Amino acid sequence: MSTSSNTNLGELILNGIVKENTIFKLALSLCPSIAVTNSLKNGIYMGFAVLFVQVMVNITISLMRNIIQAKVRLPIFMLVISGWVTVTQLLMAAFVPDVYAKVGLYIALIVAFASILARAEMFASKNSILPSMADGLGMGIGFLFALTTISFFRELIGKGSLTVPTGLATQHVFTFINTKPLLIMILPAGGFLAVGVLMALFNWINARYAAKAAHGPH
Amino acid sequence: MNSEFTKLLEIIISASLINNFVFTRFLGLCIFFGVSKKMETAVGMSITFTAVMMISAAISWVIYNAVLVPLEITFLEIIVFIGIIAGLVQVSDTIMRKVSPGLYYKLGIYLALISTNCIILAVPLISVGEKYSFIQTLAFALGSGLGFALALIIMASIREKLELADVPAPFKGLPMAFIITSLIALAFTGFSGLITL
Repeated sequence: MSTSSNTNLGELILNGIVKENTIFKLALSLCPSIAVTNSLKNGIYMGFAVLFVQVMVNITISLMRNIIQAKVRLPIFMLVISGWVTVTQLLMAAFVPDVYAKVGLYIALIVAFASILARAEMFASKNSILPSMADGLGMGIGFLFALTTISFFRELIGKGSLTVPTGLATQHVFTFINTKPLLIMILPAGGFLAVGVLMALFNWINARYAAKAAHGPH
Repeated sequence: MNSEFTKLLEIIISASLINNFVFTRFLGLCIFFGVSKKMETAVGMSITFTAVMMISAAISWVIYNAVLVPLEITFLEIIVFIGIIAGLVQVSDTIMRKVSPGLYYKLGIYLALISTNCIILAVPLISVGEKYSFIQTLAFALGSGLGFALALIIMASIREKLELADVPAPFKGLPMAFIITSLIALAFTGFSGLITL
């Protein structure tokens, strides 16, 4: 019994990372995936902010699911989401002010993420607290994974270095390319290009995986 | 008076071309990629969008300056603005259905999409951050709407042609749209030195 529920929770988490990856598969919540990914550090912080909001919203909605009237559920979901976004915003402004100065606007706009509202509506309002948490964790990690990948390539190619946060206020800069890097990758245009190419790569891997499964040993 | 007018013009040009919401601020991308497949929907969306944006920016400005600032609760701006937008979308949905069913039939579906759109929320947030006056906020909303309309219409006309192009399988659909957007964004960086605010 306990093992089966464990695998289910694991599957729920994996689902958010691979099958329903918010950015690469569903193409939702794209704005921050380009706006904040010109440095690895900003990408990681943004990813964690979304992860935190997603998990907390799912937990809150799941706890309240029996007392929310069906007719007014959307405004209530929006209130819960904007409440948690405000919490995140205040926490980030207090603890990582330098990151907040750059990504602040996009933190505020987490409110308008279709993916967070969709998980609240489709999953958390119908399931108990543990699966809702796992679902939020999976979707959040999937988002973090996408943002990290995009910002990794953009900073590496565009600046020739990687900025890795090692603590709340500390960071380490690894430099790889000392000659002139491809500046376009940290410009707006490079963001769209990186997401387009990574999306195609994700499609290609999925297609190969599906083809292998179809022509498997049977 | 004259310099006031110049300032307004600068805000409109800056919001629509230099800091174009789609190409340099990366906002509203979900809608941008979602509705730019056909010219007709792109035009409908642009009109609805600009109208809702201007009204919501105006209401947000009044409530922010008349209620939030005197009470010193400006940190609640996100909750209040999203409430205003959701309420406004609901109200205009109801009014349009009663007053002009034809228009509702054409533009109604875009209204529903708008409440989860980040540009609509970003306009009041940015104009509050920049401490724009009421008229400047309206100009900023208008410029942003025009910029978004421009982006949607350029993209829609390219994507209608793209339907016939032979694109490698993994790039079909969204990845290709992203790469095209990247090229347009590159062109838009040419506007960056146009005027200095």
